Amino acid sequence: MEQRLANSWRMSVNDKKFIEEALLSDIRIDGRGPFEYRRLTIKFGKEDGQSEVQLGHTHVMAYVTSQLVQPYRDRPNEGTLSIFTELSPMADPSFEVGRPGELAIELGRVIDRGLRESRAVDMESLCVVAGRFVWAVRVDLHIVDNGGNLIDAANIAALAALLTFRRPECTIGGEDGQEITIHPPEVREPLGLIIHHLPVAVTFGIFGEDKSLVLVSLVLHISIDLSRHGGRMTTTVNSNGDVCAIQKAGGEGVMPSEIMRCLRVASVKAAEITQTIKESVDVYNENRSLRHIKRHLKSAPVEVRVPERGTEGNETGGVATDFSKLSSSEAGGSPMVTKGEEAPSGDAVESTEDPEVKPLTLKTPSLKQETQSPQRTLRDAVKAKQKKKKK
Amino acid sequence: MEYVKLSGFRLDGRRPTEMRHIHAEVGAVANADGSASFEMGNTKVIAAVYGPKEVENKGQQIGNKALVRCEYSMANFSTGDRARRPKGDRRSTELSLVIRQTMEACILTHLMPRSQIDIYVQVLQADGGTRSACINAATLALADAGIPMCDLVTSCAAGYLNSTPLLDLNYLEDSAGGPDVTVGLLSKLDKVTLLQMDAKLPLDIFENVMQLAIEGCKAIANLIRQVLLENTKKLEYLRGT
Repeated sequence: MEQRLANSWRMSVNDKKFIEEALLSDIRIDGRGPFEYRRLTIKFGKEDGQSEVQLGHTHVMAYVTSQLVQPYRDRPNEGTLSIFTELSPMADPSFEVGRPGELAIELGRVIDRGLRESRAVDMESLCVVAGRFVWAVRVDLHIVDNGGNLIDAANIAALAALLTFRRPECTIGGEDGQEITIHPPEVREPLGLIIHHLPVAVTFGIFGEDKSLVLVSLVLHISIDLSRHGGRMTTTVNSNGDVCAIQKAGGEGVMPSEIMRCLRVASVKAAEITQTIKESVDVYNENRSLRHIKRHLKSAPVEVRVPERGTEGNETGGVATDFSKLSSSEAGGSPMVTKGEEAPSGDAVESTEDPEVKPLTLKTPSLKQETQSPQRTLRDAVKAKQKKKKK
Repeated sequence: MEYVKLSGFRLDGRRPTEMRHIHAEVGAVANADGSASFEMGNTKVIAAVYGPKEVENKGQQIGNKALVRCEYSMANFSTGDRARRPKGDRRSTELSLVIRQTMEACILTHLMPRSQIDIYVQVLQADGGTRSACINAATLALADAGIPMCDLVTSCAAGYLNSTPLLDLNYLEDSAGGPDVTVGLLSKLDKVTLLQMDAKLPLDIFENVMQLAIEGCKAIANLIRQVLLENTKKLEYLRGT
C-alpha cells in the first residue's frame, strides 16, 4: 500500500498528453510501433540453470536450484516448482526493503501460474520415491534494473533458466528399494527438466478512452506510471496458440473483442520470443558440450575420490556423503569423468573410461538422514571443495 | 473423473451453464458505512466498507483522488481442513490487490480527493469462486455505503471440464485442475476490468468460456440491482415518505 505511493514519479500533464497524442498516430516515445518489443538479449551463466535477460533497460536474473524433499501429502508422486522474486530498491527506489511488496507478490504469482498451472514443467518426472523423495525445483528471480515490463522479462528469464537447468541423476538401490544414490555430475551426466511447452508472458498496456492497446515496454518510469493510469493486462501464451494464464487486475475496462485481439497479437509475439529463447538455449548447450570436450583433451583423467571426511556415526565408508550434490546446479563444475553408462540427456559428452575412478555413490540409508540434510548441505559443500583443492 | 455426466448434469446436479443459488443481502455489519453479505451456493462472503473518510496516514494522501484500500481474509473455519492461514500469505495479498484495483476502476475516486475508502472482505465459507463472490460483495457494500461509482462491477467464474464450458465452478470442479476463468465486468458499459485465468486452453475455446463468464456476470448484475432496489424501497418505506 505504502509502496505504490512512495517515490512514485508523477508525470506532468504535458508529458502525458504528449505520449497519448503520439500513441494516436501509433508511435511511442522511443520511436517504436505499438506492438514492438525492445531489444531482447538472453545470456547464460557459467553453471546450468542461470540466466540473465535484458529487455531494453529492464534487467532480470534467474537462478534455478533443486533439492530432494518430501512431497506434499496430496501429491505424493509429483515434484514441486516454486518461484521466488526479489525486488531490491537498487532496481527501483519505489521497491521497499525487506518484506516483499504487492508488486513482487503479483509478479511471482503471475509467473508461477503461467508455469505451474499450465503444467509446462513435467512434475511427475521429478519424483524419485513416491511419497518420500521428490525434487523441489526453486526459481529465484532477481530484478536488477526496472525499466518497465518486469513480468515479461522475468518470465523469459525463468524459462531460459529452467531450460538450461540440470538436476543430478539419482538411482534407487538397496534391498528395500528405498536407498537413494545421487550421482554427482562428474560420474553421471545430470538430467535436464522435461518441459512440454513454453508459456511466454506478453503484457499490454491499455491507454485512454480510444482503446489503443500497446505493449508495455516503454522506457524507464514512464511505463510504470502510465500503466498505473490506464490498465495492464498480462497474457501468458505458448507457441501452440494456447492461453496459459491471464492477469488483468482491475484498471481500465476493455471490450471482450479487444481482449481477443490482444490474445492473437500475443500468440504471434510468443512464437517469436519462443524462437529467440530456443536459439539462445541451443547456443548455450552447444558451448556446454564443447567445454567438456576441451577439458578432456588437455587434462589427464583426474582422480575423483570419495572425500574422507569423518562424519561421526557413519559405519560404512561410502556413507561419508557429499551432500553438496543434493543441492545441484553444480553441473560441469569439476572435471568430467563419465562412467560407462550413456548419459541420457543426449548431449555430446565425450566419455573417457577411467579404471581408477569409482562411481561416487552416495548412500542415504534412511529418510532421517536425508531430511536433516539441508543444514549440512552448505557446510559439507564447502568442506568438500576445499579437500579437492588440497589435492 | 466425470464432471459432466452423460445426462448432461454436473456433480451437484446443475446444468453446465447454470449458476448456483445466489443470496445477497445488504447490511451485514451494523457499524460499517456500507456492508453486504453474498452467498453463492456454499460460498459465503461478507464485505464492509468504511469511508470516504479522512486519510489516516497523511503520507498516503493523494491530492486529486481518493485512496482505496482493501483487505481480503479467509476465516480459519472457511475450508474443510481447518488450516491456520497466515494473514499476509501470497494468495491473499494478491487477491487484496486484485479486488482493490477492480473496485478502484469503478469508484469515481476523483470526486473524493484527499480521502480514504477501506474495503474489508471476509470469506466465511469457501466452496469455489471466492474471488468472484468477494468482488460481488464489495460492489454491494460500496453501493450500500453510497459511494459514487460509474457502474456496478460484478464477477463470475467459468471453467472448462470434460470438453464442456461450465459456469460458476464449485470447489470440487475447481480443484480438478482444469482451466478457470474469472471475469469482472462493468455490466452497463460492457467492459471487462478483471480477467484472470489459469491452466491451458486453446484460443477459440477460451473465447467461448470467457463469453459464458460474461453472461454470468450480467445475470449477477441484474440480481444485485434488484437487491439494491428492494433495499432502497425498504429504506424509503421506513423513512415514511
